[in-house]
Amino acid sequence: MAEATGIKDILKPENLVYNKTKIMTDNVLSYCPGCGHGTAHRILAEIIGEEGLQSQTIGVSPVGCSVLLYNYLDIDWQEAAHGRAPAVATAIKRLLPDKFVFTYQGDGDLAAIGTAETIHSCNRGENILIIFINNGIYGMTGGQMAPTTISGMKTSTSPYGRDVKLMGNPLKITDIVATLPGTYYVTRQSVHTPANVRKTKKAMRKAVQYQKLNKGTCFIEIVSNCPSGWKMTPVLSNKWMEENMFPFYPLGDIKVPEEKSAQ
Amino acid sequence: MAKIRGSIVVNIDRCKGCEVCMVSCPTGTIAMAKEVNHKGYYYAYPANPDLCIGCASCAMVCPDGVITVYKTKI
Repeated sequence: MAEATGIKDILKPENLVYNKTKIMTDNVLSYCPGCGHGTAHRILAEIIGEEGLQSQTIGVSPVGCSVLLYNYLDIDWQEAAHGRAPAVATAIKRLLPDKFVFTYQGDGDLAAIGTAETIHSCNRGENILIIFINNGIYGMTGGQMAPTTISGMKTSTSPYGRDVKLMGNPLKITDIVATLPGTYYVTRQSVHTPANVRKTKKAMRKAVQYQKLNKGTCFIEIVSNCPSGWKMTPVLSNKWMEENMFPFYPLGDIKVPEEKSAQ
Repeated sequence: MAKIRGSIVVNIDRCKGCEVCMVSCPTGTIAMAKEVNHKGYYYAYPANPDLCIGCASCAMVCPDGVITVYKTKI
């Protein structure tokens, strides 16, 4: 390694620009290679650290791939029954109004079994942050078709692609909650490229700051991949997501506070 | 020529070899190793360390947070 001496000069603490945040524990993530969950966890951990909320944050973890989330972030946690995270978070926030309370849910948890809890907590305008990871299938149980599966998408229970006539239309839960009066900030982001990661981080920082105002529910959807469930390599799944998921789930802010005050 | 030099350190034991960092690197610094780590994944490593500009794009997209980035002006 002829260039090793040059590299050693760069590897100094004062030159550090990026390091895994301390809020993330050293436990190895249980996710498949290339899964967007890990990136979303890291962004969330960075925001909690940068906003200085580590001791004031209570997370509610879901059922799904991210069920072991409480092992990865060094904050207070409560596990909820399948789909009931917004209801549990409602109780926590009402009993401890000074805390920052968020739920982290996948699409099987939030948009399938927990639709009622999601819609009603958003409609009540509970002061919680809901982070919603949408990969269009039930990832943990083997890639079955979910309510969020897009039209024509092949899953293990729709091997010829989702037929909308037979299996119904995919559910855009984020657009639904954006129409409810209780939500304050609703956005849809992704974490598959550096630019999108930065945008997601910005959106999450905004949502955390809006939570301090106690104006209503903040809802962040992260359109993510599922390389194992989609039967693709991580890079291919990201490409597939760009080509097929984003036309149906367009990225960007859906409801921003300025709009609400103008109405 | 280059005014800004960067360098990355990959935590090889935690890398799952998803190749997302390799695709997102703007300068082609990162490649996948020919050998596997103790989990059996072909881990990422800085194959062309001289090209690194310390942009932290790889670290941003790494799902497992295995990449540490350093940057300095020369």
